[in-house]
Amino acid sequence: MTPSPQTAWADFRAGVFTTLPAILAAVPFALLLGALSQGKGLTVAEIGLMSALVFAGASQFVALDIWGAPPVWWLLGLTALVVNLRHALMSLSLVRHLGGFPKALRPLALLFMVDEVWAFAEARAAKQPLTPAFYAGMVVFFYLSWVLATMAGAVAGSLLREPESLGLDFAFLAIFVFLILGFRARPGFGVTLAASAGTAVLVHLLLPGAWSIMAGAVAGMAAAAFGPGRGS
Amino acid sequence: MSVSPDALLAILAMAAATVACRLAGLVLPARLATTGRLGRAFEAMPVAILSAIVAPLLLTHGPADALAGLVVVGASLRLPLTAVILLGIAAAAGFRALF
Repeated sequence: MTPSPQTAWADFRAGVFTTLPAILAAVPFALLLGALSQGKGLTVAEIGLMSALVFAGASQFVALDIWGAPPVWWLLGLTALVVNLRHALMSLSLVRHLGGFPKALRPLALLFMVDEVWAFAEARAAKQPLTPAFYAGMVVFFYLSWVLATMAGAVAGSLLREPESLGLDFAFLAIFVFLILGFRARPGFGVTLAASAGTAVLVHLLLPGAWSIMAGAVAGMAAAAFGPGRGS
Repeated sequence: MSVSPDALLAILAMAAATVACRLAGLVLPARLATTGRLGRAFEAMPVAILSAIVAPLLLTHGPADALAGLVVVGASLRLPLTAVILLGIAAAAGFRALF
């Protein structure tokens, strides 16, 4: 089942347009990340390399918080592990939709799986099979803009001090809320949502950090597995 | 434009940790995730993960973010994504300026 070049091109373009709003929202944060890195003693090459190899915004901001002179590699590695642990769950879920990918492309696709790409991929897979072309379209410009904007921010310094005061961080929340509600016709939706959101908020209040995501996600999945709803 | 050995080591440690997380799904046997309770748990995964990310951000950061969250939820029920994003940004900026 090799898709025709036209279909692949259409899929690629659809992928590009899918992530376009997320790219526009991410660029200010990449600029900020680059600007902040200059106060921490990283060179432009270093923060660019970090964006290219790690490519995970939240963990990069946290890394700058704990970046010392010299940086402590195991602390940074461990922190990245904790902050990005949610990607392990996302990966488990996304793998189920990579059946149409050549085997060699599956790990490659997963390497570029950031939150937004994963969320859009899940939403797409709920409606039609996920193709490598669509996935590539989602990833290519997202990745390039993240790396380049980080470096641009490092070169330009502090252009954007607080994207939060402009509400720019809400772009991601809006995307995620929109995608959550896109699943609302699924059986068990309400139970999953309530269990996950409730647990995440509670854990967040007790133990600030990245754990609320893992705890909420596991609670939501458990509620779907053992909760009321469909018989199996 | 230079990379110090210390920074390189730290960046590689971060990358290794992140890559390990992202590749974790490859260890899952394909058949395991489709049937019974486990299948339902996997079906629920996108909503479970996204809700766990969003809920603390919307509900524990004060009234401005909670109100902007309400706007986003309402908008998501009837508007296309781009409109929801723009409304969300405007609502967050506006409510944060007020509170």
